[in-house]
Amino acid sequence: MSAGHHHRLYLPGDTPVHLLPPQCKLVAVAAFAVAVVATPRERLWAFAVHALLLTVVAAVARVPAGFILRRMVIEVPFVLFAVAIPIIGTGARTEVLGMSLSVPGMWAAWNILAKASLGVVASILLAATTEPRAMLLGAERLRLPPLLVQIASFMLRYMDVILDQMRRMRVARESRAFVARDLRQAPVLARSAGALFIRSYERGERVHLAMLSRGYTGEMPITRDLSASGRDWGMAAVLPCLAAATAVLSWSLT
Amino acid sequence: MHVPDGFFDLPVSVGAGAVAVAGLAVCLRGARRELDDRTAPMAGLVAAFIFAVQMLNFPVAAGTSGHLLGGALAAILVGPYTAVLCVSVVLLVQGFFFADGGLTALGVNITLMAMVTAIVGWGVFRLITRSAPGSRAVIVAASFVAALVSVPASALVFTLLFWIGGTAPIDVASVAAAMGGVHVLIGIGEGLITSLTVSSVLAVRPDLVYGARGLAKRLVLRTAEGFEAPLVAAPATGEAPVGRIRPLLIGGGLVAILLAGVVSFYASGSPDGLERVAADKGLNAHEEEHGLSDAPLADYGVKGIEDERLSVGLAGVAGVGITVLAGGAVFYTVRRRRRHRAAV
Repeated sequence: MSAGHHHRLYLPGDTPVHLLPPQCKLVAVAAFAVAVVATPRERLWAFAVHALLLTVVAAVARVPAGFILRRMVIEVPFVLFAVAIPIIGTGARTEVLGMSLSVPGMWAAWNILAKASLGVVASILLAATTEPRAMLLGAERLRLPPLLVQIASFMLRYMDVILDQMRRMRVARESRAFVARDLRQAPVLARSAGALFIRSYERGERVHLAMLSRGYTGEMPITRDLSASGRDWGMAAVLPCLAAATAVLSWSLT
Repeated sequence: MHVPDGFFDLPVSVGAGAVAVAGLAVCLRGARRELDDRTAPMAGLVAAFIFAVQMLNFPVAAGTSGHLLGGALAAILVGPYTAVLCVSVVLLVQGFFFADGGLTALGVNITLMAMVTAIVGWGVFRLITRSAPGSRAVIVAASFVAALVSVPASALVFTLLFWIGGTAPIDVASVAAAMGGVHVLIGIGEGLITSLTVSSVLAVRPDLVYGARGLAKRLVLRTAEGFEAPLVAAPATGEAPVGRIRPLLIGGGLVAILLAGVVSFYASGSPDGLERVAADKGLNAHEEEHGLSDAPLADYGVKGIEDERLSVGLAGVAGVGITVLAGGAVFYTVRRRRRHRAAV
């Protein structure tokens, strides 16, 4: 599941998509995902339209296709699951290339594959065009509880530090010829996890004291104005509105 | 096991989202009680820790590898409210920044992986430590059981949601059996790593383990002659309330045996999705045949019994029995030792 976590997430740029306020983009992507999920799976053309919409956004944002494809590796586990559904599914069966496959199972597999892929690409585009810090500020403007936003921002800030510590411990383990073969090696891994927890927790205590000494009162100061104009909202609404129109059309057309 | 977009229909996604929002609101309030004004930095660092520890793959049987869910571990280390918050934040970050898990499925993911694991894990942990309080061994054993139970519990809730609004036409019973079977195995790994992690933290900084707050030694004054004068009067520790948990134990045992013996009858014989996924994921880990593949219970069937359904069911019941026996033995020894120590 963690295959894609090491890539760089954000692609700096100054395209119209980059310049949109983050809260507009968050709402747009979430609405787009809802529209995609609400599209009936039998309307193949509707999914083509959704994909085309995303392609246009990617082109405007100048996000290269290779970048998106590399990060789509994240959905491989569920792609494999989707492939298995026609084989184990129930319902009417048909013969394809000598294999007996379930027809509703194939529809279900297509449904999951198409909707999951569209959702993943939309999320990738969001992360590629929005600075992580700006994304959190945008979430705060959308009335996400400030405490939750602060927790997420601390997590993002120290994630690389903690991951680096874990990587160093792994290097130390492996340079002493450690290989995790089965559960008998669990104590070693668990001791690493325990040490990592103590280091993280103590770092948290130090960070808290450092913040107190700089006048922390429980709220983070706002250093950037993130207000969005009506024009920004209008620009951001183009993608989800077109997607919603497609979904509605696909429901009404038979 | 992050659920992507399109796996559940909209009503289930929306319903789970409402559950997630309500739960988060409760936990935000509760976390302030657990951590006061340190909440933001501490929970943030713990979330980063959970994120890192989820990457720690451990090998499970038969060449597959699972990764820690971490809900029970977090609940025992930092308290249930903070744990739900931390794991939820991890899921939010994974959804929005890493595209791992669909945005419309965020509610489902938070409910399954943050709430169910942390709440069930913490509940089981408290049940055990309350009935047999007071020693490090009990806490370590309780963490093992708590983490072991939390993973199949999450899988069962997943099956329930799948039954209500799954989009794939698969038998619910076969999903339940497959999820249950694989996740009991993963749960054993999770329990082992969780208990060993808790044990190693207890050895170094016992004050950091939320679930072991009662363990701190009482302050003792020593006079020059070496006499001990306790500062605080030791509270009388009453006998464990065994009677109240007995019906629960019996009921739980019956349910487990029913699930293992009866529901697994309906398991499909063809390779199921999760096993496929597991096998294909195992390719990059360790593709070695498990040493026990010749064992009498290998591949969820009893050797020498021709009727497949009966064989699978028997294997399920036998599995539950072995688990109960092993767990019971651990607890019996722990309690014996504790009583022995108390007597001395």
